[in-house]
Formats: sequence, structure tokens, C-alpha cells
Amino acid sequence: MKDTHTIEITVNGRVHEIEVESRRTLADVLRHDLAYTGTHLGCEHGICGACTVMLDGLPARSCLLFGVQADGCEVETVEGLESDGQLNPLQEAFSAHHGLQCGFCTPGFLMLATAFLREVSNPTDEEIREAMSSNLCRCTGYQGIIDAVRAAAGRNGAAAVEEMAAPEGSRSGVGSVSPLRDAGGHGQ
Amino acid sequence: MVLADTPHAAEDGAEAVKIEYEPLQPVVSLDTALVENAPTVHEGTANNVLLDVVGPEDPEFEEVFEQAPVVVGATFDSGRQSAAPMEMRACLAEWDAREDTLVLHTSTQVPYVVRTAVSDVLGIPQQRLRVIAPDVGGGFGQKCVVGREEVLVPIAAQRTGRPVKWAEDRQENLTAAFHGREQRYEARAAFDEEGRILALKADVLCDVGAYSCYPFTCGVEPLMAATEMPGPYRLPRYWYRTRAVTTNKAPMAPYRGVSRPQFTFVMERLMQKAAKRVGIDAVEIRRRNLISAEEFPYESQTGVVYDPGSYLESLEKCAEVMDARGWERAREDAHREGRLIGLGFCSFAERTGYGTRAFALRKMAVTPGGDNARLRMDPSGHVTVSVGTCGHGQGHQTTLAQIAADELGISPDHITVRQGDTESTPYGWGTFASRSAVIGGGATKKAAALLAERVKEVASHMLEAAPGDLSIADGKVFVNGSPDRFVTVAKAARAVHVEPHLLPEGEFGTLDANAGFDPPGTFSNATHGAVVEIDPETGAVRIDRYVVVEDCGVVINPMIVDGQVRGGVAQGIASALYEQLVYDDEGQPVTSTLIDYSIPTTMEIPPVEIFLETPCEFSETGAKGMGEGGTIGAPGAIANAVADALSHLGIEVDRLPITPDRLWAAIKESRAHGGVRS
Repeated sequence: MKDTHTIEITVNGRVHEIEVESRRTLADVLRHDLAYTGTHLGCEHGICGACTVMLDGLPARSCLLFGVQADGCEVETVEGLESDGQLNPLQEAFSAHHGLQCGFCTPGFLMLATAFLREVSNPTDEEIREAMSSNLCRCTGYQGIIDAVRAAAGRNGAAAVEEMAAPEGSRSGVGSVSPLRDAGGHGQ
Repeated sequence: MVLADTPHAAEDGAEAVKIEYEPLQPVVSLDTALVENAPTVHEGTANNVLLDVVGPEDPEFEEVFEQAPVVVGATFDSGRQSAAPMEMRACLAEWDAREDTLVLHTSTQVPYVVRTAVSDVLGIPQQRLRVIAPDVGGGFGQKCVVGREEVLVPIAAQRTGRPVKWAEDRQENLTAAFHGREQRYEARAAFDEEGRILALKADVLCDVGAYSCYPFTCGVEPLMAATEMPGPYRLPRYWYRTRAVTTNKAPMAPYRGVSRPQFTFVMERLMQKAAKRVGIDAVEIRRRNLISAEEFPYESQTGVVYDPGSYLESLEKCAEVMDARGWERAREDAHREGRLIGLGFCSFAERTGYGTRAFALRKMAVTPGGDNARLRMDPSGHVTVSVGTCGHGQGHQTTLAQIAADELGISPDHITVRQGDTESTPYGWGTFASRSAVIGGGATKKAAALLAERVKEVASHMLEAAPGDLSIADGKVFVNGSPDRFVTVAKAARAVHVEPHLLPEGEFGTLDANAGFDPPGTFSNATHGAVVEIDPETGAVRIDRYVVVEDCGVVINPMIVDGQVRGGVAQGIASALYEQLVYDDEGQPVTSTLIDYSIPTTMEIPPVEIFLETPCEFSETGAKGMGEGGTIGAPGAIANAVADALSHLGIEVDRLPITPDRLWAAIKESRAHGGVRS
């Protein structure tokens, strides 16, 4: 009694047509069906944010979405940030500012920060802290992450934002919705 | 154990299994475990006590307490916690029939320890078992012990002849992986009229859960607590009793700091209570009790030898940075405005990098000790460093490459560090107990020095100079005093491997060196300072400032050291204010998601100001371990800051975590009794 659906999903600009079970999460589709294993799972209940990807330009917890919900959508994952083996400015900043230790939460933070910097090009520290509170890191104490996001924003001006800009078409329908509202902050 | 083609099918299968349990009365707390005629978790254990160690009798001990002008004491509790690494535990075993070898990939800090345990259970020789720890997503101690799954999964792979994978989810991690930190201290300390400590008495209880962990055993928390509780203080008399108490909860394993966050919190609270009674400030009482420079090496009442540190200096620096002298006034002013602000200090010494001798005292069946490094230079002059330590986020590839590069006079970019694979690394104990920079780094430095000597020998033939007259720097071997007479390291390496005809007979071969290191241990030290503000309406604590003055000897890589301190402080703040695993009266764990078990975010963890150095005489590199210190200092500093903010209300802060509901209730009750001054 298989309950499956055929979906078309674009990941980092590449179109995939696959058959998925209805209960399969987007995270599992990405990791197991399409081998985008850069997306990590740290809780599978929407708190830690390690599985954050971009769905049609907005950050989303891929553990809280079913694969079928991504039918016809553009998904961006951490694999899409580099180009030709070169890290992008945000990734460089994470490296330069010791924004990661074990690296497990890093893909989620990179995607969250990418979404944040697309919306807020010149954030204050407070804004960075608030936005990054959506995700959990157990190693760094967060300072390196905040420093990295600030440094990436500082390089900002137009150039860095452009480099981190969303692929063609993926921001359609964003309107005035803040992507960060959807990222589900849970500061205590 | 249910095996299936997919995790979903396995979960469906597990759901189909019907088990009938006959409920027994659970033992879920220290209180219920120790009460007379309590049900026993394991038959044959009296009062659920698995380990009970009492310090030597001192006939004059009670008399000291009777005659001391100041005696302070209390019952201190700390909450049960999970190390909660972001990557949960997972492993994959595959039977390689062609090689007749079992390959186990596992998220561990200790691949060789896992190999020994699995080999013992499966009864296969250790050389037929290869354990690989790939990039590991954090451990903090939870992965320095062997989990039952790491044994079961290889058995399943062996029986089925197919690869078998297991990955824990967060609910399983919080409820069924290893826990730590649930402890109670009945502690009393006697002081003279000037605030000098005369004696300490501590009765320690550790809730170790249902089973003992391998290899560290259920003694790891209680024994650490009893042995090292005196900390950085000159303590003339000490009596302890320490017990491991078994309950129907997930088992305890080492978690970053291992008892030290708890007993440091207890000692620092006792210091603050005594300061208040004597009428001196928090800095002065520590100044009078910390071991001073001329007293090193200092031997404690439990026989632990402290190598030189900067206990007083770190305190003075922290007090200066925090502007402690003007504090009294700042606090009074704030009180007049109805604000509750507090300043707290925490001084501690942290034993790190200890080898066989220290571990042997714990009398475990398996005794961790030293570690090994193997260096191999290839024909291009690049070096592979293979080590038995097993980093999982601490930047060992960087730090160990730096150490080898310094010794070999080549660029760190020409060095590759290999770890976490029993097939390609020398035997070693892995990474835990702040040992890797000291022990792994020491072994690396010794092996690199041997390799540098070999390179000089080879170059001496090419340069026609005595090896003793040669130095290596910037990738060149040169004659001392004549930097123009040189061969490159690359050229010497090439000669050994592919142009041995250029060298005298017998120089053909490889450029290899091995070394081991097994030091007695070295104490790093620190003083933490915290400023907090408490919202009187909600009881919430906000950290306004956090300062760490850390002395971990020679700092090999400041960015990595800062990162370890910051990450450690974040976990210490979590112990102090946020995290606690809770079981209900029936033994049901009720904190099974990250909603209930609240790991702090960017909004709770403040920026940490760090001031970093005494060279260490026991260590090869001069570095002391420091992976746990941040976590050790934070609960004491924050508890003292909170207590300082509330001292005029007569509120004591002796229980962790310091939750808003408890503080709010205490403030309310104090005010009801007219405790408010402003």
C-alpha cells in the first residue's frame, strides 16, 4: 500500500523529478533521495534549525515540510552557496571569524544568514542576534557566528549582497513577508 | 532490535512489537533511592549505592568546626543535563567479507576504545575490526563512552551480512543517551575571623542513572568531585564522603567539566557566604585563600599536585576589569532605582592533560593514559601527522599542524593531520578530559623533533656538514651561521625516497618518526566575572557582562582557545540558568524535545570578554588543557552574581538551574516578610 506522488523540485537551479512517499519530509528527500547531504537534521521538530533551507527564497525548516509541499518549488541548500569550489563571502567570513567548530549546525546558520542579509543589508548587532536566535549552536557560544554575519554584511554594500543574491525567479511572491518571521525565532 | 530497509519501516516494525511490562515502583530521585527500604534498581545493592568512598579520618576535624569563628554551609543541588551535541549519536557497521573485517563508522570521540569494547563482545580480534570516526558533530563527553548501540549494530551487521545503520533522533538522545550533572552536596566550611578557610566537609551524592558507563564507570562524577573539590584554595583540612546512587534514569557519562562545574559552584558559594559573614568583599576572601605563586608545586589534601599557575593574578585582573572596587556603590544606586543588579566571581583550577598515573588512581578495569603520534614525510617534503586523539570541532588539524610545523620548519599548509581511524592512526585514547593539546600535541612535538633530526641527518650528507651544525626554518636545512649553505626540506625528502644513490649506503628508506607522551597532568586556572540584572517582576536573569581571565599556559592558537572558552561559557550558562532534564514521579522523562529542554540561543548568551598566560613545566608544548574551563566557571560566577543582587533580601542561591519561577517566588516571599530595603 504505497502512497507516493511524483514531484518536480528545483534544487540550486537543477530540476529533479522524483517519486516520494507522502510522509517523507523535505529534509529526507534532499538528503536521501537527492543526496544533498549538506542539509543536517538536529532535532526533526523545528527547533534547532540545522535543516534550514530556502524554499522559494524564504528560509524554512526542511524537517517540518513534506517533500510533496515542495512540488514545483525552488529550493536552495548549502551546496548552492559555493561556486567552482570557491566559498562565497559569507562562508569565508564564517571561516575567518571561527563561526563554526564541529560544523554540524553550520549549513543551517549559513542559509539563515543568507536569507537575513538579503533582507537587511546593514544590520545592527542586535538585529543579527535576534535573527540568528532562530537556530542552535552547541560549540561556539555564538560570538563567532555573529562576528561572521557582521563581517559579511560589512563587505556588503552592493557587491557582497549581489554575490549572495537569490537565483533568478526564486523571490517571486515574497512580497512584503519577512523571511525571518517564518524562520521561527525562539529566544528565551 | 528491529531491522528494516528504511527508518520509517523500522519504526513501523517497532510499533508492531507488543511488550507487556509488569510495572515496578520506580526509583527516580536521590531522595527516593536513599530512603530506608527503598526499592532497588539492581538486586544486591544496599540503598541503591554503587560506590561509597569516605576520606581519611581526622580526629581533630570536628573540633576545628566547633572552635571556628565562622562556619558556613548549605545543601547544594544541580540539575540533570544532556551534553546535547547538535549531531546525535549514529553508527553504521558493514561486514567486509573479502577482507574478513568489520568496519564500524561511528560518531565517537574514542575510536580505539570503541574497537576494544566491540571486539571484546563480538569475540573477534581487534585487527579484524576497523573503527572510523568521521567528522563528528560535537560530543562534549557524551561520545567518549561506548553506547550499547555501537555494540548492537555490529552484531546485526555480522548476523545479516549486510550494512546496518542506526541514527538516533533528538527524543532518543534526550531520553536514552547519556546524562550528567545531577548532584547534591551537603557542604560546610570553617573559616577564621579573617576569612581564611580552615576546613571543608563535603558529602557528595551523584545520581548516576541505571547503569555504569564504559570505560569511565559510574565513579567518574563522584570520584572527580571528592578528589578535586578543594580547587585553587589553600585548604588545611578536608573530609569527604562521595557516593554514586543508581536510579531508573538514563546512565550518567562524563559531560564537559565532569563534576567541576558543580563543586566549583559549591566552593564559590561557600566563599561568598563566608565573605559576607566576615565582612570582606568577594575579591578579598579569594585573595586570602588562593594558592600563591611561591607555594607551587602545591600538594592538596587529596594528594593532587598543582603545578604553577596564576591564581591570584587572574583574580586581580578580573577584579580590575570588572571594576569591582566601585561595585558596592553601583549596586546600592541600582537598588534605589528598584533594579536588582549583582556582581559575581568564580575562581577555579582545572586539572587537564593527565595520563596513566592519574587515571590509575580511579581503579577502573580500563585505564586511559598517554597518546601517540606518527609523522611521515613524503617525497615532496610534505608531512602527514597521524594521532590517536580524535577532535570533533576543537580544530586539532590546525593546532597539531602548527606544532609540527614549528618543530619541522615547514609551512602548516604542507602538513595534513589524520585522526579518527584505527586503520591509519597510531593507538590512542581519543579526545576527552582536555587532553588533546597537551598529550596529543606533546606526542606530535616529540615525534616532529625526531623527524627533524632525521631530515638534518640526510641534509648533512648533502651539505657536507655535521647534523649538529644544522638548523631548519622556512622549508630549508641550513648551516648555522651560513644561511646561504642550504638544501630545501623537499630536496632532502626527495633524495631519501627516489635518489638514494646521492646518499651514503643505508640512508635509503623513509622519513618516519613515532613518539608517545604520558604526562602527569597540569592545572590551568581562571577567574570568571559576571554582572547580572534580575527582573523583579518575572525572576528572569539577564547577563549584562561576562569576563574570563584564563591562564592555559602557552596559547598555540588564540582564535581556537577563545572559541573553546566562549563555547564552554555558553554551556556553563546553560547549567546555571536554563537546562534541566526532568522526570515525573513515575519515572517518565518529560523533557524529550528541544522545546522542553531549552538550549540557550544568541539571545541568552552574551558577548564574552577574554583575557588570556604561566608556562607549564609538565607539558611538552607549554600548553595546558582548556576545553572544559569555560563550562566550569560559569555556574559559580552567575550564581554568585544572582546572590549578590538579592543579598539584601536574604535570598540564597544554592540550586541549579536558577529558574525564573524559583527566583520570582523567593523575591515575592522575601518582600512579603519586608525584606526590601528600598
